[in-house]
Amino acid sequence: MHKVTIPIGPQHPALKEPESFLVTLSGEKIMKFSARLGYNHRGIEKACEERTYIQDVYLTERICGICSHAHSTCFVQAVEEIAGLDVPKRAVYIRTLVAELERIHSHLLWLGVAGHEVGFDTLLMYTWRDRELVMDILAALTGNRVNYGINTIGGVRRDILPEHTAQIRRAIDTLEERTQYYIKIASEEVTLIKRLSGVGVLSPEDAVKLGAVGPTGRASGVDRDVRRDDPYAAYAELDFNVITDKHCDVYGRTVVRLGELMECYKMIRQILKKMPEGPITVKAPRRIPAGEATSRYEAPRGEDMHYVKSNGTDKPERVKVRAPTLANIQTVAKMLEDRQLADLPIVIAAIDPCFSCTDRLTVIREAGKRSKKVMRWEELHSYSVDWYKKRGVDFSGLNKRLEKII
Amino acid sequence: MTEEAIKNDLTDKFGFLANTARVQRKRRIWADVDRDNFRKVFDYAVNDLEFSILCTVTGLDEGSRYGFVYHIAKEDGIMLNLKTWAPKETASIKTITDAFPSADIYEREIADLLGVKIEGLASGRRYPLPDDWPAGEHPLRKDWKRSS
Repeated sequence: MHKVTIPIGPQHPALKEPESFLVTLSGEKIMKFSARLGYNHRGIEKACEERTYIQDVYLTERICGICSHAHSTCFVQAVEEIAGLDVPKRAVYIRTLVAELERIHSHLLWLGVAGHEVGFDTLLMYTWRDRELVMDILAALTGNRVNYGINTIGGVRRDILPEHTAQIRRAIDTLEERTQYYIKIASEEVTLIKRLSGVGVLSPEDAVKLGAVGPTGRASGVDRDVRRDDPYAAYAELDFNVITDKHCDVYGRTVVRLGELMECYKMIRQILKKMPEGPITVKAPRRIPAGEATSRYEAPRGEDMHYVKSNGTDKPERVKVRAPTLANIQTVAKMLEDRQLADLPIVIAAIDPCFSCTDRLTVIREAGKRSKKVMRWEELHSYSVDWYKKRGVDFSGLNKRLEKII
Repeated sequence: MTEEAIKNDLTDKFGFLANTARVQRKRRIWADVDRDNFRKVFDYAVNDLEFSILCTVTGLDEGSRYGFVYHIAKEDGIMLNLKTWAPKETASIKTITDAFPSADIYEREIADLLGVKIEGLASGRRYPLPDDWPAGEHPLRKDWKRSS
């Protein structure tokens, strides 16, 4: 059959992230696939060299909108190792708590995106609604839904309060129940199982050879997880299982992420129970002595790695970042070999490439007026509800019915 | 094998590592090796000491020379950071894609951002700079300045 090569991207409605793919097709079958990355390259490594360590904490947090805590933690851990700082235990536990909350929001977000890519938009609506519970906790704990700003060199910037603990426990109970429902869907819903099974197959040998990380690797039976293998933060003191699966396809990647959500809830309960008393930060020097260190972190998408080299000044000599998507994107060509073009969106989505994440508005500028008004989260929420009500859109009845169902 | 035992094994096998091999902290070994001996040590670590995970390769501009840190890890979490150099006059290193196919994108990144030649790297699209990026401009070089 005649072969056709088509470009997909860099802007494409199926992928909310700039990437360019060249796909060679014979009929509907993919013969060759190549990816061109770099459209989102912002020169952050170079920018880190021109800024102070404290500025770099915020800069590295902005590498990714979804796993922002992963990058800032990975960075501060490397700097703390060079500076020889002994980070207080309470700070380490708070970092771990935020890390697992971030994993929950990321995995729920992915589950929704996966549902959307296969035409199961109800799953998208359900998971993204549930995700709001964890977003609210993150906002209450850190002040932000994304880019939490909780880390600093030597500890964390905000303490956890008793009312947070109660809120987290309530939300975790609800989310656990919801996740059990999604696990039921994934194990009983025939349409979903058939759509995801045998799609995007990555053999265990290829997963190891191509360096797959995180749920992508674990769904191909690669039993690796930095939290267990190279423990950082408080993970050495927590009891959890590394979830692996042998399906080696998109279905397996779904099973792994759902299993990991259940482990997150287990870990968060342990963190709240074991949360040590004491200070949340130690004083860090502005100038970091010359040295170098590597830091590894199990981000929601897989291993994140930072290398930091210091030169005795207040600015690093070099910061190197290897985000998990860079490791996983190399497996996609293998997953798509001899597969149908229609599988392309879900196969790419199944490695969970990092999407940009927009923040919510906190400063409201009223139309036609020059005045600005700063609102609290609750005020913003009721403002938006009223705004829609005035225009004839009222979800309050529907919300009450949903609450009864849940 | 503990990190200390691995370090000792490396220094026993390769005497020239004696002055540079060190355990910086639990599960972190560092060693420096010259460009000519690099592959011998690297292959030994990968094949005999089972450092089977390539985390990444870091490129550095160190004034008169470029530095390269190969971050490889074992399943049990021990990481070996093996560092080598290339003088700026002959800025080239050999690819490791024969040992780790996943090194392809990390080496392309070094080639693009530092302007180092990677011998043996298969031809392919550049990463991460744009196709119309001016030739000879390598942003991670210390003497590189933004034009605007």
